[in-house]
Amino acid sequence: MGDAAIAEHLPRSPGRLFLNRVLRHAPARISLVFLVLLAAAVILVPPCSRYAYDQQDLELIGQPAAPDAAHWFGTDTLGEDSLTRVFYGGRISLSVGLASAFVATLLGTAIGALAGFFGGRIDQWLMRGTDVVLSVPLLPLVLLLSGMFRPGLPLLVLAIGGLTWMATARVVRGQFLTLRELEFVDAARALGAGSGRLILRHILPNAVAPITVSATLAVGSSILLESALSFLGFGVQPPTPTWGNLLNAASPWIGTAPWLALPPGLLIFATVLAVNCLGDGLRDALDSKD
Amino acid sequence: MSLRVLLQRLLGLVPLLLAISLLLFTIVHLAPGGPTDVYADNPSVTPQALAQIRSAYGLDQPLPVQYLRWVGAMARGVWGYSIRTGRPVTTEIAERLPASLLLGGTALALSALIALPIGILSAAWRRSPLDRVLTLLSFAGISIPVFWLALMLQLLFSIRWGLLPAAGYATIGDAGLLDRLRHLAMPAAVLSLATIATWSRFLRGSLVDTLQQDYVRTAYAKGHGTAGVIIHHALRNALIPVVTIISLDLASLISGAIITETVFAWPGIGRLFVESMDARDYPVLMGLMMLGSLALVLANLCADLVYTVIDPRIRHG
Repeated sequence: MGDAAIAEHLPRSPGRLFLNRVLRHAPARISLVFLVLLAAAVILVPPCSRYAYDQQDLELIGQPAAPDAAHWFGTDTLGEDSLTRVFYGGRISLSVGLASAFVATLLGTAIGALAGFFGGRIDQWLMRGTDVVLSVPLLPLVLLLSGMFRPGLPLLVLAIGGLTWMATARVVRGQFLTLRELEFVDAARALGAGSGRLILRHILPNAVAPITVSATLAVGSSILLESALSFLGFGVQPPTPTWGNLLNAASPWIGTAPWLALPPGLLIFATVLAVNCLGDGLRDALDSKD
Repeated sequence: MSLRVLLQRLLGLVPLLLAISLLLFTIVHLAPGGPTDVYADNPSVTPQALAQIRSAYGLDQPLPVQYLRWVGAMARGVWGYSIRTGRPVTTEIAERLPASLLLGGTALALSALIALPIGILSAAWRRSPLDRVLTLLSFAGISIPVFWLALMLQLLFSIRWGLLPAAGYATIGDAGLLDRLRHLAMPAAVLSLATIATWSRFLRGSLVDTLQQDYVRTAYAKGHGTAGVIIHHALRNALIPVVTIISLDLASLISGAIITETVFAWPGIGRLFVESMDARDYPVLMGLMMLGSLALVLANLCADLVYTVIDPRIRHG
């Protein structure tokens, strides 16, 4: 029997099955390809470009210059190459989005797991805390924080992640409330597993799929939030480019130099759309019962 | 629903609002320099004058005392004075509120008028090409960055084609209805796009679930057509979960659309927030944050109450 035939008969892992099901979803497949290409582009374009992201062409300072053979996306008012800045900015925007979503998922999972597993008082207090954070309008609160503290990238990530974990917490809490009543948890407890072990080794692995979905959606909303902050001038500060602050710099020139505003905006749009489609594909793969 | 239940629910909001106020107060006092930071940058303000300002505002008192005094004053409607203009915060906000309400109200009406038919069509022809196109459009609607969409609309409709004014509330000296509508068109369209997308998705999902229920099959069996079943039997039930999401968006529409108002220079409270951020005008910022939170909390309560009115299976008290 050949290797391929053996592989055919092996029981396929649930993760493998899940991945296959996601890839059967056409928009999710296209989105995944787009995101991989985009990641490659933001990694490869800046080092391959003839210009550094903050390198100024002194001849072109003062007014944005239109795209030509030397500068494919044109240059901004400081004579910087727009193409290099857009892809270098993509590194920042994507990293902030991913890192914030990671923070939000970690926090949301921890809070949801504790609330759902222990129930009672702990659940009540944690969920009331969640209600309080949910009752303050998000964008003004993040604006207020970043306006007051003028955070660098790590603090900005903490601020965005620290204020967007609530949806994940509710999902995880719901999962834990159901899962903790199941027999395998009783069995593990009877074998002497403590709370920590029950949460991390027995219940959490069963909740990974819905957590993945909300983490994916969090990436999209974090990218949008960061770009909105930077667009308003309270997020990442120039000369470090992000898609949001590139649009901020482009907005006064929208009538005379629209080419500056097109690429960063289209990239935010396409990235968030791809992330949301991927999240939708993940959710569909979860829902369909085999 | 009895008046007693309503009063009970309103009283239940007090601890929530206190917690929110404590959160906001802590944030502002954690800031480097505290609320008088804005004066520290000013070379003409001497350390003595700064100390005088601090004691005049009560900032030399212990923090718990300051918090209690602040909460007490907020509850009595004394929201302090704007650092930027020196006028009462309540006046500043009251002046800007009508513009935000006009914009938010228009966006709300637009969203409901457009999202309702889209959701119904999608659910009625589930998995048809029409449904797929509408689904893709709604994903685009929640994924597009509003500030970029706003810039693109300005570029096309104002700069390129000259059809609509690029920004502002009204042309000076022109108080006509048409002029108002022309100014309102783009901001309202931008603001309602995301809500149209989420509401129609929500309605579609909930209507699809409802259409699979037994009583709907009975209605079909009795000989009703699809349109009749949806409008007379399924829609009412399908709208129940949609009410929650609508009420939450209602609060954000009313508490000011920061991005939309900024790009279109719309003189509402969202624009006021950004202006106050630039001036680090903390009294106004705190007032706006409390107002926004209050709107959100009340909208939540309204959603619960509307639930009990339209869904007889749920009754409080």
